[in-house]
Amino acid sequence: MNMHEWLQTILLFLVLLALIRPLGSFMAKVFQGECTFLSPLFVPCEKVIYRISGVNPEKEMGWKHYAGSVLLFNLVLFVGLFIMLLTQHLLPLNPQKIPAFTWQLALNTAVSFTTNTNWQAYMGEQAASYFTQMVGLAVHNFVSAATGIAIAIAVIRGFVRRKTSLLGNFWVDMTRSTLYILLPISIIGALLLVSQGVIQNFSAYKTVPLIQSTSYDKPKMDDKGNLIKDAADKPVTENVIVKEVTIPMGPVASQEAIKELGTNGGGFFNANSAHPFENPTPLSNMLEILLILLIPGALTYTFGVMVGNTRQGWMLLGVMLVVLVGCFGVLQFAESSGNPLVAKLGVQSINMEGKEVRFGMAGSNLFTVATTGTSCGAVNSMHDSLTPIGGMIPLSLILLGEIIFGGVGSGLYTMLAFAIIAVFVSGLMIGRTPEYLGKKIEVREMWMSILVILTAGVSVLILSGIAMITPQAVASMSNPGAHGLSEVLYALASMANNNGSAFAGLNANVNFYNLFGSLAMTIGRYVPAIAVLAMAGSLAEKKYIPPSLGTLPTDKAPFAIWLTLVILIVGALTFFPALALGPIVEHLTMLGGN
Amino acid sequence: MSKSIQQPKSAFDAKLMKGALIDSLKKLDPRTLWRNPVMLCVEIASLITLVTFVMSLTGANKEPAWFTGSVSIWLWLTVIFSTFAEALAEGRGKARAASLRKSRTDVTAKQVEKPEFGGNFTTVGASQLRKGDLILVEANEMIAGDGDVVAGAALINESAVTGESAPVIRESGGDRSAVTGGTTVISSAIIVRITANPGETFLDRMIGLIEGAKRRKTPNEVALEILLIALTLVFLLVCANISPLSIYSVKVAGHGTPVSLTVLVALFVCLAPTTIAALLPAIGIAGMDRLFQKNVIALSGRAIEAAGDVNVLLLDKTGTITHGNRQAVAFVPVGGQNERELAEAALMASLADETPEGRSVVLLAKDKYGLSRETPKEAKVVEFSADTRLSGINLADNQYRKGASDSTIAFVKKLGCTAIPADLAEVVDRVARAGATPLVVCKDGEIFGVINLKDIVKAGIQERFLQLRSMGIKTVMITGDNPLTAAAIAAEAQVDDFLAQAKPEEKLRLIREYQEQGFMVAMTGDGTNDAPALAQADVAVAMNTGTQPAREAANIIDLDSNPTKLLDIVEVGKQILMTRGNLTTFSISNDIAKYFAIIPAALLSIYPQLGVLNVMGLASPFSAILSAVIFNAIIIPMLVPLALKGTKFRPMPAEKLLVHNLLIYGVGGMIAPFVGIKVIDMVIGMMV
Repeated sequence: MNMHEWLQTILLFLVLLALIRPLGSFMAKVFQGECTFLSPLFVPCEKVIYRISGVNPEKEMGWKHYAGSVLLFNLVLFVGLFIMLLTQHLLPLNPQKIPAFTWQLALNTAVSFTTNTNWQAYMGEQAASYFTQMVGLAVHNFVSAATGIAIAIAVIRGFVRRKTSLLGNFWVDMTRSTLYILLPISIIGALLLVSQGVIQNFSAYKTVPLIQSTSYDKPKMDDKGNLIKDAADKPVTENVIVKEVTIPMGPVASQEAIKELGTNGGGFFNANSAHPFENPTPLSNMLEILLILLIPGALTYTFGVMVGNTRQGWMLLGVMLVVLVGCFGVLQFAESSGNPLVAKLGVQSINMEGKEVRFGMAGSNLFTVATTGTSCGAVNSMHDSLTPIGGMIPLSLILLGEIIFGGVGSGLYTMLAFAIIAVFVSGLMIGRTPEYLGKKIEVREMWMSILVILTAGVSVLILSGIAMITPQAVASMSNPGAHGLSEVLYALASMANNNGSAFAGLNANVNFYNLFGSLAMTIGRYVPAIAVLAMAGSLAEKKYIPPSLGTLPTDKAPFAIWLTLVILIVGALTFFPALALGPIVEHLTMLGGN
Repeated sequence: MSKSIQQPKSAFDAKLMKGALIDSLKKLDPRTLWRNPVMLCVEIASLITLVTFVMSLTGANKEPAWFTGSVSIWLWLTVIFSTFAEALAEGRGKARAASLRKSRTDVTAKQVEKPEFGGNFTTVGASQLRKGDLILVEANEMIAGDGDVVAGAALINESAVTGESAPVIRESGGDRSAVTGGTTVISSAIIVRITANPGETFLDRMIGLIEGAKRRKTPNEVALEILLIALTLVFLLVCANISPLSIYSVKVAGHGTPVSLTVLVALFVCLAPTTIAALLPAIGIAGMDRLFQKNVIALSGRAIEAAGDVNVLLLDKTGTITHGNRQAVAFVPVGGQNERELAEAALMASLADETPEGRSVVLLAKDKYGLSRETPKEAKVVEFSADTRLSGINLADNQYRKGASDSTIAFVKKLGCTAIPADLAEVVDRVARAGATPLVVCKDGEIFGVINLKDIVKAGIQERFLQLRSMGIKTVMITGDNPLTAAAIAAEAQVDDFLAQAKPEEKLRLIREYQEQGFMVAMTGDGTNDAPALAQADVAVAMNTGTQPAREAANIIDLDSNPTKLLDIVEVGKQILMTRGNLTTFSISNDIAKYFAIIPAALLSIYPQLGVLNVMGLASPFSAILSAVIFNAIIIPMLVPLALKGTKFRPMPAEKLLVHNLLIYGVGGMIAPFVGIKVIDMVIGMMV
């Protein structure tokens, strides 16, 4: 890394750390119903919304009611988007006359956006109208993120409250997440992005002349669309000169900010944040990374404030930061070392394939770890083009369960489930019935924590096994072999963990990935969400046990190290064989000179 | 003092080992093994390898028969080692239960109608006795069932139950009236009211507990088991996942063979947390057994584990912190009374008092003043009650009382006396400040003076409390004494807090208060008035010398009646949890090395470049896999002693303890298998 990149990286983390405390305590105030500087503006809005929707904001819910509301709300959103995608050609704001989605793709996309995954088996600029983008996808970006935050807050209340079955009101938490947190920050974010050149319009796609025309050989087709071949059985080609190019337009900035902020990741364009209209400058790049990490990071502080000990929050943030920075280091090292086979040819050996030069090596790698550590899934470089070990980093970050900052809300509650497992084993090791934040960890908490942390991993193991013996799934690979295996693993991991980024190089718009992917996304989102709410319900009913000398402090370094080890060991033990057959073999093959 | 029962028997006594071996084979029955699901999975895995072995022999499986055969043998051994560990832990208890049973067989009892000596009796079998029956037990006879002495006093040999050969006195009235079935009267005769139906006696319950027949999994154990089952399930899927992935890899690599069923099954067993799953039942049983060696009977495993979590310990002062038998050492007259008259009044008030304190007053009066009286025939005995906190006798025209200062004052005031001697308060204060108990003596409405009852704090008790404090346990002394006396003793014994003038309802309230604040409360007690508090406490330790209600309210019974035993109980409770936690960490840490042994070996034919992962330099794929399997199996018997003895408990702050155990069992658990597997591989290399 050069001086420039060091400065960029350090500055990014400093700004992030500086923002975590104010945003975190602001969120705590919002969810505890305290007065904030935005209250005069939004309290009346809230009242109107509750009156129209018939919600009694004072009425709190038990965990079943809360989980039921989450599911009902998400089901309605899903159905709405599904229908919108199927009828897109009939709806307004479609200057390009883009046709409707197929039902498989519509199902996959609707599930994807409802579950905060934003897996895209379609190309944004070719398949989605402006109406779909704004009214469908962008709205989902807000509410799916708000759902995650609401669940996390309910879970925190489970730790905080004593001898009650009530966890808060989902509709209130959801509304407040959107109004007080997501909306203001994404407006600021969008304005900042526009200042960097991100576009925001409803124009039809523009066709402009190229300054320098290019030419390429196009295979000739007969009337039926079959390749015409010559006597030597080679395709007959004709030279085509390209003089003009079509540039897609659209309301990008408004969607870009929430795409990062809500760890959604669904790009307006297929190239996602590598596209100059989504992410034009190094500054906009850093801004987007900041937006990705902002809320998941700040929620750890909110957690600390609400449980009455901010050190508890800093401890979780510390674990996340250590793993994130560690992964960044490995990725940076792997990419800087590049490919020895390329180096042999006398070419500069750092691996810039698939990266934008305007972001540079560090700017691309930082984005990569941020987007996969969180469940964002936006990309500014092609992960498929990373070196084998480099590619293993984003894959591993996803496979860890999206807890290294993680999705908005979901990252925190999944991390808390890991903390409970870590507390359980370490509690036994010091000879006490394990307790976390003054709550005893018993049979019910173990069941639920295990469901939270293992559901996605189990889906990946089962689905990748099925994929490798399903011809359609195998045929989708563009690079058969160990790399192809990584592509499939990545795609399934990305969907099951609700990340949504793609390794690329895999044609995912086939029934296998559309349908199994929808299933994996649904299970990966709702099973942990319901389990964690059930856990919160049982925690809230417990009494509080004050800490004593014999209590293991969970806000200090030894526990943080133990938690980190638990996370890494669980991940490594679950996926070592699969990784050995994918990236590790590929890396060893590369070193072996093949 | 605590001699153990039918001890000592080494865990590895040859006879026990043989019995355990037979039991371990019986436990292979899946109907028994399903209680340990992880090991049931291993058994199924062993069956599968048995099939692949047979297929190797017939040629249907291309793997060499020595390989599939060895894997199968070692997988079976893994299961057997696990059942053996459990059987061994149970074996020790069974041997003891058998000897206890002997003391129960064919006892006859002399049933009587009224609690009077000299009447007629009918001889009945012990099994016919029901609650409420009265029996006469004379010298050299065995007591037929649990009960309370209602008449007489006797020396009793309780060694059959407690292992303590020194006989104890049991007598009617007071807190030492309970007798246990199976114990023998050495001298004199008593009449006992039976308090338990056959099959429900203390001895019956004890036998059941020791045998492990009634052992239920504790909540902690269940939670850990859930974690282990979940891990097992994940590893099952990991191994299942390798199969299609390797099939695909073979297709694209163009050479090699997909990973075979034998190897997948071997990998699964190695990865599954077999070490902890195998030893889990043994840890709990052995913990109970260790307590039993210390002469403590836990009526449930839950109680022992709860003891490990205790943060407040309520200790009865008498007998726990002090030697208990308070002795009268002086009579201090007040209000210008004569010392001799005081002694006489004190003697009268204590004549019917059969407590050691009462007797010490009689003794002092005799020794110092040569006084001696018989209880007059017409005397009406006023027994001590927790409400009046007074005792004494009523004669035809005089009422003698002794008791705590405020209760005696209340008594004389009720009789119309208003002239409380001016120096009484000062004398009471002085005696109490010195840590002694002042008992105020009155005859009718006149206060004569104070008996100085000296209470001696046990030697070395301060260190034990210090140890408790370092473990984060707060000690609270409970006493019926006045606040001044209590404070003096509390200061001397260095307890954290005390509750003076404790009545049963106050003890109960104190426990509830602590529980409300989230504390786990342990309490020791022996008296009937302790019973409600014992029932409320999370961990209730009753002394075996205690009354029947106290013993019934408790969940742990200390046969030695030595209240500082709670420290040992806490220690065993913590040891059980620690051993489980440490072995879980060890078991999972082991997996890293096993991956490095098996994965390169299993995939080498497809991707030779994966050979670099063979960091241990194992000789061949077959020996690598076999070494991992063998290591996984023999680590179980190697850790059996640790499981039975428990991890050593060190009183140190939680954080330090965690780091310490993580270094040994976490880091050690990562390194040990690398060494172990390499050594086994070398041995296999020499043999093949």
